[in-house]
Amino acid sequence: MRPTPYLLHRYANPGQFLRLARALQPWLSTGAIIFLTVGIVWGLFFAPADWQQGETVRIMYVHVPMAWLASSCYLGLAICGLLSLVWRHPLADLAAIEIGPVGACAAALCLITGSLWGQPMWGTWWVWDARLTSVLVLFFLYLGHIALIRAFDEPARGQRAAAILALAGAIDLPIIKFSVQWWNTLHQPDSITLTGAPTMSMTMLWPLLITTIGFTLGVAAVIFARLSAAIHESRTRQLMARSRLNRSDRSAA
Amino acid sequence: MMHLPNHWPYIAAAYGLTIGCSLVLGIGAALRLRRAKTRLAAVESQLRHRESSAS
Repeated sequence: MRPTPYLLHRYANPGQFLRLARALQPWLSTGAIIFLTVGIVWGLFFAPADWQQGETVRIMYVHVPMAWLASSCYLGLAICGLLSLVWRHPLADLAAIEIGPVGACAAALCLITGSLWGQPMWGTWWVWDARLTSVLVLFFLYLGHIALIRAFDEPARGQRAAAILALAGAIDLPIIKFSVQWWNTLHQPDSITLTGAPTMSMTMLWPLLITTIGFTLGVAAVIFARLSAAIHESRTRQLMARSRLNRSDRSAA
Repeated sequence: MMHLPNHWPYIAAAYGLTIGCSLVLGIGAALRLRRAKTRLAAVESQLRHRESSAS
């Protein structure tokens, strides 16, 4: 098996990454469309209503994937931060710029869909519960990262500061995960764990898994497309700068 | 059976927002990629043309 640094350096080459993205893009997009269509139609119209929550349980099929993606995208940001600070991986900073807004959207949607579920079920849009508050902190970490990475005239300084913020903010991920166990929260405990059997009916679990896979594939496709576009834009800027330099050299001569 | 009030407006809002934002992100990324590719191709061909006319 190849050592990890070899793989890291292999995909540090933007050309290699663009080839990989071009090959994966159609599969990711097609998979996302198929899984999301099946999952959303199943969740909205065919999955059973809950005996306690009634039809409102259907919000779970979009809320849970958004919660999963908000955490996963932040984990991606933290990994990019590590790659940037330790190995100076040239694509890591570019990836962090592109992952940030996507993760922030997922976190915002997780909070909004949670509120839309909370109003009819708990009778309130918001409570300062440990799970809700830790996800709100995650959303603010995303906003901070987006602002910080663009805050300096010298991009390398902003990227370094944002990488440190991404790594430090990763402490919020285990807090989100275990908040329902560590504190007495209004938010219900996890229904799906790696160690135990799921506590929900399989007729609800299947559409949930399908929408989660669909949204994950979709977000992967969006991040690949945004990163490919950023590489093309950076190459265009380099070419234009070189052309201006050549022109000024010629006029000086 | 227990009668539950109509919660479909909340469900519709949750699905509408999620699907709408996903579409905006997806279509936005695809359009940006297409624009970036077109712009790079135009700049490259402009530079090639300028280099060949200079030589």
